[in-house]
Amino acid sequence: MDETADYPLELTGEDVPMVRFLNVTKRYGPLTVLDKLNLDVAEGEMVSVIGPSGSGKTTVLRMLMTLETINGGVIYVDGKPLTHMPKGGRLVPADPRYLRRMRANIGMCFQHFNLFPHMTALQNCMEGPVQVLGLPKAEARARSEELLEMVGMIDKKDQHPSRLSGGQQQRVAIARALAMRPKVMLFDEVTSALDPEVIGEVTNVIRKLVAEFKLTMLMVTHQMGFARDISDRVCFFYAGRIEEQGPPDALFGNPQRERTQQFLSAVKDAG
Amino acid sequence: MSLWHFLQTFGPRLLDGTLVTVEQFFLAAVVAVAIAVAAGLMKLSRNLALKGVAVIYIEIFRGTSLLVQLYWIFFVLPLFGITLPKFAAGFMAVGMNLGAYGAELVRGAIQAVPRGQWEAAYALSMSPARRMRRIILPQALLIMLPPWGNLLIELLKGTALVALISVTDLMFQSKQINASTYLSAQSFGAALVIYYILARFLLTPAMRWLETTLRRRQERS
Repeated sequence: MDETADYPLELTGEDVPMVRFLNVTKRYGPLTVLDKLNLDVAEGEMVSVIGPSGSGKTTVLRMLMTLETINGGVIYVDGKPLTHMPKGGRLVPADPRYLRRMRANIGMCFQHFNLFPHMTALQNCMEGPVQVLGLPKAEARARSEELLEMVGMIDKKDQHPSRLSGGQQQRVAIARALAMRPKVMLFDEVTSALDPEVIGEVTNVIRKLVAEFKLTMLMVTHQMGFARDISDRVCFFYAGRIEEQGPPDALFGNPQRERTQQFLSAVKDAG
Repeated sequence: MSLWHFLQTFGPRLLDGTLVTVEQFFLAAVVAVAIAVAAGLMKLSRNLALKGVAVIYIEIFRGTSLLVQLYWIFFVLPLFGITLPKFAAGFMAVGMNLGAYGAELVRGAIQAVPRGQWEAAYALSMSPARRMRRIILPQALLIMLPPWGNLLIELLKGTALVALISVTDLMFQSKQINASTYLSAQSFGAALVIYYILARFLLTPAMRWLETTLRRRQERS
């Protein structure tokens, strides 16, 4: 806890990354899931995280969403510390209020969508803007409808999640996260729980986001082809470390490390 | 005395008693629900003091007899300067007792809301209170309604004990009628039937209606 006291209170200068993991360590009891992770994501960059299960890749997203606490290091978002807050000229672990304010910068989509079942698609999207951002209802509605339109779900805006397919639910979940106007979007295996025939409708929405918005995105995925298509950079995680990273064509076309080669060929064999 | 004659003679008194039972039921139910929600939330709190109070409350009221609690509230509390009229002592005791059981239903239902719902609300930056009120409780409510139906039937039957501190409820009237007429089968038979009708034909359908209405509103059929 104390070692972080001397970390910078704020990142300054040119090229401040949108997200910076600085020596971030995560442990579950005796098990070290992530060991002094250093990872920068530039503004507007789309970074895919791949790797075998248990490699810590989902933990990376969950730490950034502050769903998991960290055991060492500091995470910065837009130059400001996320997991810590400045106090008396030093960094101390962030209190809940500070965390809540900071994580409003981050939106997340989950593997199992997690839409609120007692609300319609539109209400799901309006919930955050109205309840958290304090937007007037009319404005939140306009914003939500615009986003539902973008994800192709405006026709179903008055449906409850139970009436929607997995792909449709995931598209609403993307609109719900975007309605908070986050600076960083996180996608945690958002197609893993979907039937194969509807995966395309979700990946198309993400493609559209990449094409039309200058949004910083981090995506954990098992779809190598998709990751290769849309990422600016791909990080291969192995045993709690970044084993290899680079532009998708380099990483998929000419992996340097043996672990990467093994993983990619195993994935290729599987399907 | 024919049954018809019996009902003609004592019907009004039985009806008076039934009304008192219904009043006791509603007031005790309000107390029980309020206590259940408060104690259920407190038991989930990270604040050890709040949690401790809830645990002790639940242990005491669930672990001892309702009748003894009723006597305590009516006969012993006045010794400490807290005097309640018998009507209030009656529904308070029943409500406080069943509220302790209800607290576990509330706690269990809240914990049964899928973890992903907490995480989604958290990811939207909702404060803990808002998360609970807007996202978790509406879903928990639906989960706990069926067991609450059971508990409210228990509560209705529990109100019969208030006759023992002379609240003039259905049980009290039956006892009085029996004492003056020795028509035990008719007196207690009438009480039996009336309790059954209240539970089976009023309370149960009401709870079922509430459940379907809520479920339809949440569209999770």
